[in-house]
Amino acid sequence: MSVVTHEELAIPGTYMFDGKAAMKGYPLNKMCFSFNEAKNREEFLKDEDAYCIKYGLNEEQRRAIRERNVLGLIHAGGCIYYLAKFAGIFGLNVQDVGAQQTGMTVEAFKKMLKAQGE
Amino acid sequence: MARVIGGLTTSHIPAIGNAVPKEKELVNDPYWKPFFAAYPPARAWVEKVKPDVAVVIYNDHGLNFFLDKMPTFAIGAAFEYKNADEGWGIPTTPGFQGDPELSWHIIESLVAEEFDITSCQEMLVDHGFTVPMSLFWPNYSYAGVKTIPVEINTVQHPLPSPLRCFKLGQAIGRAIESYPKDLKVVVIGTGGLSHQLDGERAGFINKKFDMMCLDKIVNEPEVLTRYSIHELVREAGAQGAEFILWLAMRGVLHNKVTKIHSSYHVAISNTATGMLVLENAA
Repeated sequence: MSVVTHEELAIPGTYMFDGKAAMKGYPLNKMCFSFNEAKNREEFLKDEDAYCIKYGLNEEQRRAIRERNVLGLIHAGGCIYYLAKFAGIFGLNVQDVGAQQTGMTVEAFKKMLKAQGE
Repeated sequence: MARVIGGLTTSHIPAIGNAVPKEKELVNDPYWKPFFAAYPPARAWVEKVKPDVAVVIYNDHGLNFFLDKMPTFAIGAAFEYKNADEGWGIPTTPGFQGDPELSWHIIESLVAEEFDITSCQEMLVDHGFTVPMSLFWPNYSYAGVKTIPVEINTVQHPLPSPLRCFKLGQAIGRAIESYPKDLKVVVIGTGGLSHQLDGERAGFINKKFDMMCLDKIVNEPEVLTRYSIHELVREAGAQGAEFILWLAMRGVLHNKVTKIHSSYHVAISNTATGMLVLENAA
């Protein structure tokens, strides 16, 4: 059967984590998956870039990790479910991450969420 | 024979996992009050019907499965299921009892019906599973309930379509009701409703669409099975696609159901929360 790709039907501000993204982001997502274990989170914090290199992240991915740039990580193939584990190391929750991606303050982001229920 | 007595759905946001141990304090907190206020009627129903088994249809968010092997449909067939550190500090819950004999019966029946299932004799269950169990069985009082985890991929596209998930649910329902033991089974669909965590559209919520879903899923679920995954992402947000888990739950139930209770609240964390208690018509 024919398959309509998500690229042909783009939803603004939305990234479908598909096979293409999953291949591009594999080392990055694998590293973030490793953060399920406390000892790996500690090892990462001791020398972040060495840990990135150990997992084979490319320059774009390493830069986005250094800059804590969530949209940059998504463009580099990151999947939000794994990236959340990276954000969690720094005590950032999904509202902090949402605020960063939308260019809002966290307070404004929370207000925007609430307003959609009214 | 085993009987499906009804279905429950609820959002499974990690923030709820943090809040659950503090419910007694938070129940009067302005942020949490409207959320927790919805649960006592659902818990009363669970206490009344006293299910022996809970089939929990959920999505793993990177605790048990990774992209190295990503099953579309996976079913636990273990004696017990444990929760573990997910990386960002929600407290881990006590473990869950399994019913491997019923699991294998369901797996045999599904594969015979051409649903090709990944069977798992070891399976960690994440907040998608533990938060709903902790909400419906407060104070982690689920020790006497046997569980069957049914995991559906919502991490990596392509995701199974709403129609496929509904049909999977129907096949699970037929499997349960052909099991010779006298068991009362409840089915739980977790996740949703509209939300989006990633991209410039993060924070997207669609109340109108959610209200329509909450309404149609009771008596006209087939209307909702006509959506494609792409349409669901457009209308409910990137992670709102978790609604396929609710549709799988609905498929397990009979055509005719009674709505016992429902609630909707915007927002907890980034998510429009929804909850539903449906009872199978006798």
